[in-house]
Amino acid sequence: MERSFGLLINYKLCTGCASCVVACKEAHGYPVGVWGIRVFDDGPWEKREGAFYGHEFNWNKVPVPTDLCDLCVERTQQGRDPVCVHHCLADVMRFGEVSELAGELAKQPGQVLWVPEYLPAGGAD
Amino acid sequence: MEYKDDRGKPWRYEEDGFTVTRSSVWSPPGCHPTSCGVKFYVDKDGRLDHVEGDENNPITKGRLCVRCLALKDYIYNPSRVIYPMKRAREKRGDADAWERITWDEAYAIIKEKVEYFTEKYGPESMLVIAGTGRDGGVENQTLAHRILKTPNACYTQSGYACYLPRCTGSSYILGCAYPEIDYAGGLPGTYDNPEYRVPEIVVLWGKSTLASNPDGMFGHAIIDLMKRGTRLIAIDPRVNWINTRAVMHLRLRPGTDAAMGMAWLNVIMNEGLYDRDFVDKWCYGFDELKERVDTMPPERAAEICGVAAEDIRAAARMYANAKPAAIAWGLAFDQNPNGVQAGHTAMSLMAITGNCDVPGGQLFADMPVMEGHQFEETDTSTYGWDRLGDDLRDKCIGIKEYPYYVTTSLNAHADLMLETLETGKPYQIRSVMIHSSNPLAPSNSAQPLRWHAALSKLEWGWATDCFVTPTIQACCDLVLPLSTVAEHDAVTFTHYSAAPIVTGAMTKAVSVGECKSDQELLFELGKLLRPEYFEEYETLHDWLDDHRLGGKMRFDELQEEVTHQANAPYRKYETGRLRPDGQPGFNTTTGRCELWSTGFHALGEDPLPYFEEPPYSPVSTPEVFEEYPFVLTTGERTYAYFHSEHRQIPILRELNPNPLLEIHPDDARALGVADGQWVRISNLFGEAKLKAKVTPSVYPGLVHAQHGWWFPEEDGSEPHLFGVWRSNINSLVPHKHIGKLGYGAPYKCNFCKVEPIDENYDADMKRIEKMFERTVK
Repeated sequence: MERSFGLLINYKLCTGCASCVVACKEAHGYPVGVWGIRVFDDGPWEKREGAFYGHEFNWNKVPVPTDLCDLCVERTQQGRDPVCVHHCLADVMRFGEVSELAGELAKQPGQVLWVPEYLPAGGAD
Repeated sequence: MEYKDDRGKPWRYEEDGFTVTRSSVWSPPGCHPTSCGVKFYVDKDGRLDHVEGDENNPITKGRLCVRCLALKDYIYNPSRVIYPMKRAREKRGDADAWERITWDEAYAIIKEKVEYFTEKYGPESMLVIAGTGRDGGVENQTLAHRILKTPNACYTQSGYACYLPRCTGSSYILGCAYPEIDYAGGLPGTYDNPEYRVPEIVVLWGKSTLASNPDGMFGHAIIDLMKRGTRLIAIDPRVNWINTRAVMHLRLRPGTDAAMGMAWLNVIMNEGLYDRDFVDKWCYGFDELKERVDTMPPERAAEICGVAAEDIRAAARMYANAKPAAIAWGLAFDQNPNGVQAGHTAMSLMAITGNCDVPGGQLFADMPVMEGHQFEETDTSTYGWDRLGDDLRDKCIGIKEYPYYVTTSLNAHADLMLETLETGKPYQIRSVMIHSSNPLAPSNSAQPLRWHAALSKLEWGWATDCFVTPTIQACCDLVLPLSTVAEHDAVTFTHYSAAPIVTGAMTKAVSVGECKSDQELLFELGKLLRPEYFEEYETLHDWLDDHRLGGKMRFDELQEEVTHQANAPYRKYETGRLRPDGQPGFNTTTGRCELWSTGFHALGEDPLPYFEEPPYSPVSTPEVFEEYPFVLTTGERTYAYFHSEHRQIPILRELNPNPLLEIHPDDARALGVADGQWVRISNLFGEAKLKAKVTPSVYPGLVHAQHGWWFPEEDGSEPHLFGVWRSNINSLVPHKHIGKLGYGAPYKCNFCKVEPIDENYDADMKRIEKMFERTVK
């Protein structure tokens, strides 16, 4: 079976810094309105009515690769990390083989494992 | 899989057709001096191809924020100023009247004007304005005092409500420039260094570290520490993301921090949770402070702050019982007329719990000399205040009214300077030089319409910057092109050198137009206007070696090292490394941490902390709150922007296209404001229009507004000035509502009303992208 690669993200400590978003846009030359990865912002909302303190709010920021994520194939073939992983300020993203990342996923809650499928407008190469 | 990175690479190397230059950067674009590591990839044509984070930097380790990742779009932005330009005085405000000139002509104009104002009106008639977060900002005194020989260097923010109130308070209470939390940045191996201890508790008090690297602290070090076991206590009115990860969150009413700090001290002193040994040996005035904070039991603070007394007790105990523990105290202390007293409580907490200058506690620099601010007058000062002489120093605006402010910041008092500009008393200011600042936008000034009227009428205005800002458009006749961080050799000190972390070399990787750096400009203007003070320097590097590195290191050596860690020892109060006389102790009058401040006492200020209501609050002015029912807090940082910068970078603007006002869903419903609708906010002093973001980040009755907005895509000419007045939140900040010592102003504890409007000013991102695409080579 062909090796498949993914991104493992600890979203409990993703701060929403958008370094992944901007590094990706710069590296791929994506214009305004086009992205290879985006951070979805779920919060803050009250986990119970009358919530007041910070921990009573739900607020998770989750980086989500898009159809245009190619996992920086030119870089990763040279053994480098994708630009999103390299620049992540909170250092919560990992690139690797899915089988290996799945093992890490099982070790701790609050993580998400993405296996992006590259679907450019003109179709994949 | 084998991962490849660039650890161990030299400061410059070749790779895949690129010349790669490693650098430890500061500015421009503006940022706090964190000394982040970057790699500039330059192609065969000498053009910057891309920027990456440098894995070799001991603190950032390859990580990089959006503002450096988008650097290419800043450097090659088509609206950048890349040549010197002049404009006739009568054409001031006309965006189309600029005309390219040579540097020779620009320098000839400057020489002629400076000689004219000096001879005709005296050098004090020349005002020099700088802002925050740029290399040039810390050189305001060098330019004003040493080169132009005017005493009137001025940071135009009311009450100097940024950093300096904390620093000067520190110099009096703890005898250091700034006690920052210790995140091991100066130690080889950082967190893994055997000397280091991870703080059990970090208190984030009015400091949101993540987006802005405030004061030079690497903001995401908080996340690094959390992964290593640190727990957080947040003291902040708002729910921001990091506060949802805190074990305690005290949502105090804006501006009541001094009451909160006094109540913590009350709990810790009365329950015996302090470090008795440290207090006996190293603190001064414990009993007097205890007597004072006995007037602030948690129940009283609970009423003032709007936080439950049991929460105040629990948080104070958690902090005092944690070893080590650190307090990250932020801008909220400065943006409050009562902030010096709030700072006094925070520093007293650091002292009595024994967390001063210990691993994982509060870090102290070797000597209390902060970059740009020599606290002692010596002939060796390279900044020039001592060379002015008594007569000129006595002409510095505010020196009689606010001697503490003027002699600790070496600045003319901001609020009094505005009055001097307006009234011509005690003398007329005739010209202004503006650098590293955009005071109309406003990144800092209160009442920017008044500053606009006052500055735009002066006889002559000149500036240096990367872009023609609204301020330059309105007030200047000559603009000099400023290089960015990729275009010059310069030096950075983490935290303006107030904490011993790293010294970094910025190395020139590319050239753009005829831009010059702040340091080149100082060196060349110095040679031109004050050659007697610049004889000893033949080259720019000579100047950097002396002026920036104090002769302790050579720039070309630092350049090869890129980032030099301080590796300073801890507990320097035991070894004499905190005092110029080499004696053990702290660098205060008594040699101890002054819980009872001899310095404040000498100035006629209360030597102990006290609480005072904000000038406008539901408690101090209930009648005003009948018409203006909201507490207004301002200025939370975003990742996309540094204050008024970066609005012309499309991929950053896309992250935050419009100026936002956060309002609670209950308030929005009552006012008929929909999420995303534009609103007008106003008070007795001014108004602004922002886009509502309906969110429970703020509690009912509290709104938060972004700052620093102008719209580079709009008409730059007067009176529009890039739309600078539309969303100008500082229009609502009152003039001269400042603390007794002249420091602190209510930027974060203000008031307003909110009304929905029908107009829609949403940014047209496609237009912005088209205007600012990368076209300049």
